Amino acid sequence: MRGWLRWMWRQLTSMRVALLLLLLLAVVALPGAFFPQRSVDPNAVQQYFLDHPDTAELLDSLHLFDVYSSPWFSAVYLLLFVSLIGCIVPRTWVHLKNLRAEPSRVPSRFTRFEVRGQTRALGTPDEVRERLRVALGRRYRRRLASERGKAADGATRTALTISAERGYGRETGNLVFHLALVGLLVVTAWGQLVHYRGQVVLIEGDTFVNAPLDFDSFDTGSWFGPESQEPFRVRLDSFESEFTVDSQPREFIAGVTLTTTDGSTRTEDIRLNHPLETNDTRVYLTGNGYAPRFTVTDGTGEVAFSGAVPFLPTADPNYTSNGVVMVPDANDGEHQLGFNGVLLPTAAADEEGNLTGSAYPQPFDPAVVLNVWVGDLGLDSGVPQNLYLLDTTDMDQVTTTEDGTESPLQVTLRPGESAELPDGLGTITFEDLPRFAAFDVRHDPSIVWMGVFAGLAFAGLVASLFLPRRRIWVRLVEGTDGATVVSAAALARGDDPGLQRELDRVLAVLDDDRPATTEEDR
Amino acid sequence: MNSDLGDISTLLIYGAMASYVVAMIAFAVDVSALGIGAPRDRRRRAAGIGMATMWLGAGLQLVAIVVRGLAAGRVPWANMYEFTLMFTFFVVAIFLGLQTRRDVRYLGVGVSMLAFLALMLAVTVLYVEADGVQPALRSYWLVIHVSVATLATGLSGLAAMISVAQLVKARTERAGARGGRAPVTAAATSTATAEVTSGATADLGPGATATAVAETTTPKQPRATFGSRIIEALPPSANMERLAYRLNAVGFVAWTFTLVAGAIWAEHAWGRPWGWDPKETWTFVIWVIYAAYLHARVTTGWAAEKFAYFALVGFMAVLANFYIVNIFFSGKHSYAGL
Repeated sequence: MRGWLRWMWRQLTSMRVALLLLLLLAVVALPGAFFPQRSVDPNAVQQYFLDHPDTAELLDSLHLFDVYSSPWFSAVYLLLFVSLIGCIVPRTWVHLKNLRAEPSRVPSRFTRFEVRGQTRALGTPDEVRERLRVALGRRYRRRLASERGKAADGATRTALTISAERGYGRETGNLVFHLALVGLLVVTAWGQLVHYRGQVVLIEGDTFVNAPLDFDSFDTGSWFGPESQEPFRVRLDSFESEFTVDSQPREFIAGVTLTTTDGSTRTEDIRLNHPLETNDTRVYLTGNGYAPRFTVTDGTGEVAFSGAVPFLPTADPNYTSNGVVMVPDANDGEHQLGFNGVLLPTAAADEEGNLTGSAYPQPFDPAVVLNVWVGDLGLDSGVPQNLYLLDTTDMDQVTTTEDGTESPLQVTLRPGESAELPDGLGTITFEDLPRFAAFDVRHDPSIVWMGVFAGLAFAGLVASLFLPRRRIWVRLVEGTDGATVVSAAALARGDDPGLQRELDRVLAVLDDDRPATTEEDR
Repeated sequence: MNSDLGDISTLLIYGAMASYVVAMIAFAVDVSALGIGAPRDRRRRAAGIGMATMWLGAGLQLVAIVVRGLAAGRVPWANMYEFTLMFTFFVVAIFLGLQTRRDVRYLGVGVSMLAFLALMLAVTVLYVEADGVQPALRSYWLVIHVSVATLATGLSGLAAMISVAQLVKARTERAGARGGRAPVTAAATSTATAEVTSGATADLGPGATATAVAETTTPKQPRATFGSRIIEALPPSANMERLAYRLNAVGFVAWTFTLVAGAIWAEHAWGRPWGWDPKETWTFVIWVIYAAYLHARVTTGWAAEKFAYFALVGFMAVLANFYIVNIFFSGKHSYAGL
């Protein structure tokens, strides 16, 4: 059993399996690019269920809509990281030992190395060695030694040696890179546990408080504590946008006032790429649109509804927006009123005056076109309702009869206009058109650490790929003529096209006097 | 005035494309001269013309990119058209830079063709008027993140081309080695050894090795065809593999930088550093493929061809990430499209 476990461990930490896992990770990450993901776009997943009802269930049971939290994806990356740790930790110990150790001994024969050098230099071996030592420079860790050997003629001769090694940073960088990846994974997981994110839609003039109840949606990690939520208030003072003539957005600016617990306030602009930063929370601008303000009176003449309702922009660049007005209090709740329809910021009409769409995203000539429903809005059933969708199952559409044909009533209103609803149902008035902005409020203490580990990983990667790891060995023997015979070899890890050049550079310090020596020889 | 500048930029791009076509023809003439048996040490006038027109094309393209930036009043790499201008420029520029240090003219046909085809696609399909950008792209991270992404694409592209040449060469080398082994003669054995040595001393430089192979392989190929003569003139596959590796290593660093800078930007813009957006997913996959390539090359004893396949798969993923993901996948990077 133990042997079997050890075999498993050895397999897992082997490079072959690590490579396999790495490739597998690439493969299992891909489905997330093809199927809509709940974490990215939950509405697209819902749409997929509507469009492909027969396959969606099956795909969902295979976690294809939550690929990155699926058991199979998790299994691959966790195994990969176990494999990585199993490989990196022993290497780290070895490397730490190497960092303290002296460079390796000079090999007995240089002929087995491809990069070699041979020269003669004036002076005693000691002097020559000193010059080479200086020439190697501080980048090299050096070990000076001497060895005794028999020369060809049988006489014992002492040779001085240098072992030099540089580029420990290559392995250090490699280890830092891999350890930083582990760090990145750990802090990401920690961030998932302690973070919170709230989403809120604010209409101009409205304020939200950074507390769970004030958000339209609020997610937290499982270690989230309410004390991590910084107390502050944000008021949306104004929202401005800028578009080109062909409706391309150029600027969105949300002017806000931030109030903190000590009562101090400051005004700021929140733009895309420019979130509002408090002490440890960030507020991002994520969306915007129009929120027409309506007043609805019911059959008794009482004001049953008054307020601004965000209309969600569609894919149309000219901000054709869909929205819903729910009036549960109309007629004492007996005949609740509902309106759904579109808002056109700059209404365009055909020759007969029928509105055809929006011509520009700015509110130059806004109009709303509403269908009218009467009945039960279904709000009291206790089932959470989508505030942007009218549930018409228990409602009847109000119709109008014109030239003997009955057709659904469509109420078209411009700001300031009112319409009388038929059958004494009441009136609806389109008061004015404030804007709304959608914000994400996020606190994630792991972000800073992610940055640190990503930076470390990058620096480590550069070091591990581009710092050369080189060893140079030199043996110096006293020549017969008072000169010193120098032989050298060099070895690098991996490809190192500059190795020969490097050895030549070191030996070149002896060059000045070599011609003289050789001439004396003659 | 701005649209005038934009038109000038487009005209310059047409000029660069014309230069690349001339270069492609010149390089093709040069290569086919080899094919019909011209000596390898002849004066390669056609290749010279090719290089000159490549320089001209690169110069025109550089000016076009700068003018485009002036016309739009921002850095000229904010949409697919401009991204293409940038990465093809990098492919050509890196090729020209390499040529100053070693002979890589064998890549000329491929480089000029890739540059021409990519630019062709850009001006016909991806073209958009030089204009400002939407608020989501208004960030200095656009300058950092996207420019390095174009550089990374250029590096991977050139490396992939070298890998293709390497694979072609390696096939004939293997066939040559087999052919040499079949008749057990002293001459064949010496050829094989010479080839091994030439591979081992490849560090001396491509020129030296090329001649070494030439001397040893020419006599044992009695029926040289058009294609075989061209392939024979390529540097040894081991040299090309090493060059591709070096480009891919730099490319990998550039991809890593793109990924990290993108995550920082995403944190600023969207409030999360990583969200498995289709573009992010693909970039992650590319990163993993190249990581696997580097690991495989450093630590396994595989044959050099296998790494080449890794690098090619990696570059195909890069192309898919650019052309397919931008156009057919909707995600937060969609504005980079058309």
